[in-house]
Amino acid sequence: MTLLGLTDRSWLCLASVCYLAGLLLGTAALLRDRRQPRLTIYVLVAAGFLLQTLGLYLRGLAVKGCPIGNLFEIFQFTAWSAISLYLVVGATFRLSLLGYFTSCLSTVLMLVSLAMPAWDATRHVAAFGGHAWVEFHAALALFSYGVFALLALTSAMYLLQTYSLKHKHLHGLFSFLPSIFELDLISVRLLVAGVVLMTWSLGIGAIHWVEDLSSVDTPKLVTAGVWLAYLVALILRLRGRLVSQRLAWACVALFALALLSLGPVNASRHPVAPAAPASARKP
Amino acid sequence: MSEPPPTLFLLGASHHTAPLALREKLALAGGKLDALRGELHSFADLREFAVLNTCNRVEIYGVAAQPETVARLQASFCAMNQMDPAVFEQIRLHLHGPDAIQHLLEVAAGVDSQMVGETEILGQVKDAYAAAQAQGTTGPVLNRIFQKTFQAAKHVRTHTAIGEGQISVASVAVDLALKIFGDLQLCHVLMLGAGDIGEKTARAFRSRGAVRMTVASRQFQHAEDLARGFAAAAVPLAEATAGLSEFDIAVCSTAAPERVVTQAMAAAAMRRRAARPLFFIDLALPRNIAPDVASLANVFLYNLDDLAKIAEENVALRQAELGRARALLAEKAGALWGQVEPRMGGNRLPE
Repeated sequence: MTLLGLTDRSWLCLASVCYLAGLLLGTAALLRDRRQPRLTIYVLVAAGFLLQTLGLYLRGLAVKGCPIGNLFEIFQFTAWSAISLYLVVGATFRLSLLGYFTSCLSTVLMLVSLAMPAWDATRHVAAFGGHAWVEFHAALALFSYGVFALLALTSAMYLLQTYSLKHKHLHGLFSFLPSIFELDLISVRLLVAGVVLMTWSLGIGAIHWVEDLSSVDTPKLVTAGVWLAYLVALILRLRGRLVSQRLAWACVALFALALLSLGPVNASRHPVAPAAPASARKP
Repeated sequence: MSEPPPTLFLLGASHHTAPLALREKLALAGGKLDALRGELHSFADLREFAVLNTCNRVEIYGVAAQPETVARLQASFCAMNQMDPAVFEQIRLHLHGPDAIQHLLEVAAGVDSQMVGETEILGQVKDAYAAAQAQGTTGPVLNRIFQKTFQAAKHVRTHTAIGEGQISVASVAVDLALKIFGDLQLCHVLMLGAGDIGEKTARAFRSRGAVRMTVASRQFQHAEDLARGFAAAAVPLAEATAGLSEFDIAVCSTAAPERVVTQAMAAAAMRRRAARPLFFIDLALPRNIAPDVASLANVFLYNLDDLAKIAEENVALRQAELGRARALLAEKAGALWGQVEPRMGGNRLPE
């Protein structure tokens, strides 16, 4: 399916260009020791988000469902979720450098997925058994991955700021980082939001799993494991047992593990079919 | 033979041209400033003037109808300050036309200041202009120049890093606190010690939004005295150190020869507030806070040397911006001279 003569992948490529432009602009400002052009980066990321939404919408029309049927689509959807959240969080909390780091993460996720044609050569058929609720559960789970992606970013920023203040390196990149208190506050809120979304997602999924225990496969167990790990992190944080740097390291590590597990999880899913109608795969 | 056109001039001396001993002689303290203004009023061919008088400079900006006016003004200024005109010739700052404008722009922007990038000078230039306006000694030329000067100073501060970073120990400490807590309104600040440096730091915290403050001192009376000035609470030293977990920022500046805060004390406090950072600022010599406190998670410790080093780095960063700032101001000065020159009918003061 095309729009204005461009395929879904072309729209997604254009979105990547916007994110990359935000990344380059932010890097140039940092190298010149200047303040981040926060508004410009926000506008670029927002433009990229619109283009990406269009690309994913076209892909969704082509596959007649939520575009999370292969690794390419999963990476795209995760990046889209993180950015949609950044657009809200960035505008609300005005965290300096968050737009820059979000541009970095989105560019990496987008470019890696676009650079791997094999990831998009096939997609899983009947992955959700034709159940709209199961598809919603999967989309919600991936959206929570987007929340955890943003959490990993704010945690990384927390670690950088702590390093800067502990080691008394206050210039360059460090001088533009938000305060430790703000980063901790937003991280806890993101952790709560991610766990709530994932709990909701798993709750929907569990209704179907109890009806058919044989459907509980590796992907579901891995996803449940990710949820449990984040839930434990949240409980420990709320009880004051996992705080400051240890919490930040835990959030970064958990997201890295969650991201790395996507490949094996995806590979262990149902039979495959061509990724999308031929029109959607035209260059 | 036609009359020579009026001239825009600057006459004076600053810390760049005169040593402190001579600046002391030129300082317009007490009633000397008013006396100088009265003297300048008596020059019939001095069309406009404004006097900038700070601890580091005395500068007269004016528009003279005759080139000789400046020479007569200089003689009068020397006589008034009982200074040998030959000595003044060696230390004087005498510019005219666009160079005078460029100098005023650099002064107002803090580029010419001893502490590069400081902001106090802009207020002093504004005061000098306001006083001249109030006395009716400015006209179309100086009005235009001073008004544009304020805009240019703001422009340079916005578009260069000339004013970036704090350059006093107390302000650096407050900046660090902002990097940790973001908003000082939510923080509880403990001042351990009620001496001068403690007072300066307390003032810096208060001016940047700190509301909740507690003062503790080995001599409770001193704590009460300082606390009164800041509408803060006063507590005995032992009580403050025992309740460290209640505070977000602890500024230590006592004269105690031993450690006032040990690692055990800080660790005990952090057990009660693990998720909230604790920021120690040690301004005392000998140090009041055990250095190993810094190894605790979520605890940040800065001593006098750390703060002074950051202040020095900030000064160096500002110095590095001088070239850019001067280039920007030179553009502004050129444009401004283009605007005021027609109002003066040219400027051809001989050297």
